[in-house]
Amino acid sequence: MTDLSGRVALVTGGTRGIGLATAKALAEAGATVVLTGRDEARAKEAATAAGAAAGLVLDVTDAKAVSTLVRGVAKEHGKLDIVVANAGIMQDALLGMIKEDLVDTTLSTNVAGTLHTVQAAARAMMRKKTGSIVVLASIVGEYGSAGQTVYAASKAAVANIARSAAKELGRSGIRVNAVAPGVIDTDLTAGLADEARAENVARTPLGRLGSAEDVAKAIRFLVSDEASFVTGQVLGVDGGLVL
Amino acid sequence: MSEIATQLRAVFVEALDLGADVDVENLKYRDLEAWDSVGHMALIAAIEDEFDVEFDTDQVIDMSSFKVAVDMVTELKAKND
Repeated sequence: MTDLSGRVALVTGGTRGIGLATAKALAEAGATVVLTGRDEARAKEAATAAGAAAGLVLDVTDAKAVSTLVRGVAKEHGKLDIVVANAGIMQDALLGMIKEDLVDTTLSTNVAGTLHTVQAAARAMMRKKTGSIVVLASIVGEYGSAGQTVYAASKAAVANIARSAAKELGRSGIRVNAVAPGVIDTDLTAGLADEARAENVARTPLGRLGSAEDVAKAIRFLVSDEASFVTGQVLGVDGGLVL
Repeated sequence: MSEIATQLRAVFVEALDLGADVDVENLKYRDLEAWDSVGHMALIAAIEDEFDVEFDTDQVIDMSSFKVAVDMVTELKAKND
């Protein structure tokens, strides 16, 4: 199993789904994990469930708050080795039904929030010239999806944050990658109708929906030394859905 | 030179790996290859750690020289004290 003993990790949006599974996977591998969420009680509860060192409140749309929290974690634990910028939202709307508010909320959380997190992480990792950052893209950001134009656009942006930041930060020893989950069985997809769910399973060569743990394991690989020469990649975790 | 300037000079030398021949007091952003945008981030992180201050994004962008950095740190330290 991947060994992350002695590493300090931060997972944003870690109170449920992929974020919670990732916090748990990193903690199980020996990392000291701090997770964040928008609600204090849920963050603390999730930290306990994941075996994390702390669960803190964070709104990733607030650049100053992100910077302060990331600095605080690095200061308290003496360093910051791993950051998983997972916080994000998904709200569907067909093209003609997209309200300005949906655009603002989605882009400020998924794009600006990820950017703030990567900026702060890079700053914290820069001095030691080592570190690994993973951001959460999506299969729909790579291939599009009817009813998800805004979400897909935001996730395409996230993938390109990873690619661009990887180019900038490589010579500082910091790796930046993305995972692009397919249809994952989490709260975000709980609203899928049975027919849509069955259709997705039928289209997936591996014959099932993904789990949060499937994505967490891919993230754990990317942040580990097993992926020490991997940067700027968008790793599909989709059971072959796009093939 | 003020105490902050002296301390800051040492941070610049360490963070940007400057040689003894560099005129740190008159150094400006992008004067040297070491002080590019990536070096700038390392420098900002080093200053924040050394002085226990935190720069906002505008300040990060505006820190265009050693002299500006001295003024900014002096101001932030005064606010914190």
